[in-house]
Amino acid sequence: MPVKRAEKTPMPVRDAHERAHDFREVNRGYTVFHAVFEAERCLRCQEPVCVDGCPVQIPIPEFIHAVAIGDMAAAAKILRSANPLPAICGRVCPQESQCEAECSMTKNFDPVGIGHLERYVADWERTQPPAVQAKLTRAEKIAVIGSGPSGLVCAGELARLGYPVTIYEALHAPGGVLRYGIPEFRLPKAVLDWEIGLLKAMGVEIVCNVIIGKTLTLDELFEKHGYSAVFIGTGAGLPQFLGIPGENLNGVMSANEFLTRINLMRAYEFPEADTPVRVGKRVAVIGAGNTAMDAVRTSLRMGAEEAMIVYRRSEKEMGARIEEYHHALEEGVKFHWLTNPLEILGNAEGWATGLKCQRMQLGPKDASGRARPIPIEGSELELPVDNVVLAIGTTPNPLLTRTTSGLLTNQKGCLVADEQTGLTSKSLVFAGGDAVTGAATVILAAGAGKRAAQAMHEALAARVS
Amino acid sequence: MARILETRRLTPVTKYFRIEAPLIAAAARPGQFVMLRVREGGERIPITIADYDRAAGTLTIVVQEVGATTRRVCALEAGEEILDVAGPLGGHIEIPPGGHVCGIGGGFGSAALLCLMRELSARGDRTTAILGARTKELLILADELRPLCRNVEVCTDDGSAGFKGFVTQRLAQLIAGDGPGRPDHVVAIGPMAMMRAVADATREAKVKTLVSMDPLMVDGTGMCGGCRVTVGGKARFACVDGPCFDAHEVDFDVAMRRNKQYVREEKQAFERVACMAARESR
Ligand SMILES: Cc1cc2nc3c(=O)[nH]c(=O)nc-3n(C[C@H](O)[C@H](O)[C@H](O)COP(=O)(O)OP(=O)(O)OC[C@H]3O[C@@H](n4cnc5c(N)ncnc54)[C@H](O)[C@@H]3O)c2cc1C
Ligand SMILES: Cc1cc2nc3c(=O)[nH]c(=O)nc-3n(C[C@H](O)[C@H](O)[C@H](O)COP(=O)(O)OP(=O)(O)OC[C@H]3O[C@@H](n4cnc5c(N)ncnc54)[C@H](O)[C@@H]3O)c2cc1C
Ligand code: SF4
Ligand code: FES
Repeated sequence: MPVKRAEKTPMPVRDAHERAHDFREVNRGYTVFHAVFEAERCLRCQEPVCVDGCPVQIPIPEFIHAVAIGDMAAAAKILRSANPLPAICGRVCPQESQCEAECSMTKNFDPVGIGHLERYVADWERTQPPAVQAKLTRAEKIAVIGSGPSGLVCAGELARLGYPVTIYEALHAPGGVLRYGIPEFRLPKAVLDWEIGLLKAMGVEIVCNVIIGKTLTLDELFEKHGYSAVFIGTGAGLPQFLGIPGENLNGVMSANEFLTRINLMRAYEFPEADTPVRVGKRVAVIGAGNTAMDAVRTSLRMGAEEAMIVYRRSEKEMGARIEEYHHALEEGVKFHWLTNPLEILGNAEGWATGLKCQRMQLGPKDASGRARPIPIEGSELELPVDNVVLAIGTTPNPLLTRTTSGLLTNQKGCLVADEQTGLTSKSLVFAGGDAVTGAATVILAAGAGKRAAQAMHEALAARVS
Repeated sequence: MARILETRRLTPVTKYFRIEAPLIAAAARPGQFVMLRVREGGERIPITIADYDRAAGTLTIVVQEVGATTRRVCALEAGEEILDVAGPLGGHIEIPPGGHVCGIGGGFGSAALLCLMRELSARGDRTTAILGARTKELLILADELRPLCRNVEVCTDDGSAGFKGFVTQRLAQLIAGDGPGRPDHVVAIGPMAMMRAVADATREAKVKTLVSMDPLMVDGTGMCGGCRVTVGGKARFACVDGPCFDAHEVDFDVAMRRNKQYVREEKQAFERVACMAARESR
């Protein structure tokens, strides 16, 4: 029977002062006691509305019930049946706007800690011997371009269906944003490596250092290399800049550059690792999404004394997960809301020294459905800074589409693909994730990869018969 | 992984490598580059594709030792492997056919002229290579370039070989009609200061000029924006929009300043590698 408790069992976290100076994971994770205690709160609703809030419709009450009765193996199996990346999603999904937003408890109490429980079960699963093996029964080879969550999930599903799959990744290590973008303190690389290990055990081949559109063209995958179908999961990795004066000053960089230097290239181990990153005393990060939050918290860990977010809208319009925002506050990040950067100021040697901004106020809603920021005349101010990190969004990388004929994109450079199947304008070429939607979330990318795998299976089966 | 098939010291600080990279060799065009990494934890560095042999599946690269990573690369010998090689990246050099093309190489830049001059000569362009170095011992690849282009002009600062003076002085003579005559197109690849001097030399004479920009890069695939250079007042990503740009549109001041961003850390890393090498040799 459900036990009535108004409050969510808190996630055990590391001390804010200690953790703000290293890269070890902030959340410690539930113990089995926390997990069972929290799982008992679930009402097992007749119509589990939480499931509608989940982009991949995990049978939430079922897995939580399994946790409540202590059957972790069953819980893991239920989770994995719907979500192939539970240890990752349990850590990075914006639960507060998905499953937990819908949970019946939310009306009067805290929602059930669905994300924390998902993470608990998936971490339990990682302590068990992996229960997969390669069973490649199909003749048709499939190529997956990009090894972010969409590509990894698509490859995993196809391998489960018996297809020999090769993932081609442009960088020297697989994972996409999970590798180069989301920092260790939020998503340990060991979690990602475990998932990638599973894929390899299932027979998925991962080939790094191959840029499709450069090393090989998409057409060559079919014509020269004998693939029968292709999935494109190339993400939205092209960073945007503001176009304000001073952006080329030394010490100014995109969040992608900042995070890639640190996560993929391990600049925090410099000089043991070869790639450096220069972090000064005061770091301003422009933007307020997950990327901005990761960049600003990373700058603290790289030794910044003052790390701040500069955002032209208010706290309410912020895109970041609520948990990251709270963690950032605890770690001492400063927030300059309703502040719009106008110019980056520099010294004679060409290094950034300040950020000239203007105060804003909120007006009527704009095309994005959020209140439009309007400048307040005469409100200019100057923040002294040593680094400016731009986290104002990314768009799909045109490397592949530029060199492929017949692959339609929209005005934003996103691939045109069927929402359900992921089929693009080219036959037997499917796509999903940020490359189609523009910068979105891990679970949406994973869901798209999974649906596309099913559609590819059907398309190939139809071709044979 | 790419196996090294052949190496050759060209000068005390430059080394020639022929490596096995069939996919890259099949797709490479003049002006493109690869990103390479030599060890776990190592940085990704851009290196121009000097030449390729599609049939043999090999690439030629020439690396000049300037810091920690290039020093590590140059310590490798035939039979060893380069951990990661990715490419070909960037756009290739496009020059309208039928003219007189003058390729100017300084330092490792001469290497990039190999495949360019072969391709242009083969389609019937008139080709001239001007190679520059401080002194005779530092000149590279003049003999390899001779069969690939119509004229090879050699310049040394001290006059120990060929023309005594800078490549730009010889170029000015050509523009004035000397030797093989005024070029229709100039492609300059080498140190930033040399490329800027070439740009200045051809600007007034209105000779179309391309330079191969070499900003600091991280990924080389358009993902970080660290390689941005200012061209015609706009920020362009050298790894996808370049690396070759119209020399007369490039803001060299910004490019040179941006390349010095990590001098302090680069020095630290270099001293560390040098120190480790010294310890090993003891
Ligand atoms: C810093 C940061 C923090 C984030 N935090 C969160 C979060 O907390 N929660 C959340 O849900 N989402 C978060 N996101 C968003 C989420 O990471 C992305 O939506 C998701 O990773 C998209 O997955 P994808 O598979 O479409 O592509 P990506 O993860 O972008 O991977 C694409 C891969 O394809 C490769 N590639 C590209 N072009 C080619 C080519 N031509 N040939 C070969 N390979 C190629 C790339 O190198 C890359 O590895 C964050 C994003 C960033 C940048
Ligand atoms: C498109 C492109 C093609 C290139 N092709 C070649 C090539 O064919 N052969 C070759 O030897 N090098 C080439 N380079 C330059 C090469 O990438 C750098 O020399 C290398 O990254 C230096 O790494 P390092 O760790 O050895 O030295 P670092 O420690 O990074 O640098 C040592 C010193 O060299 C300077 N330096 C570093 N990077 C550059 C750069 N990109 N341009 C000018 N000076 C720099 C630094 O300011 C410092 O003083 C190319 C660069 C680009 C962008
Ligand atoms: S809505 Fe909340 S209480 Fe109801 S089944 Fe889902 S998690 Fe349990
Ligand atoms: S090197 Fe990162 S975008 Fe060019």
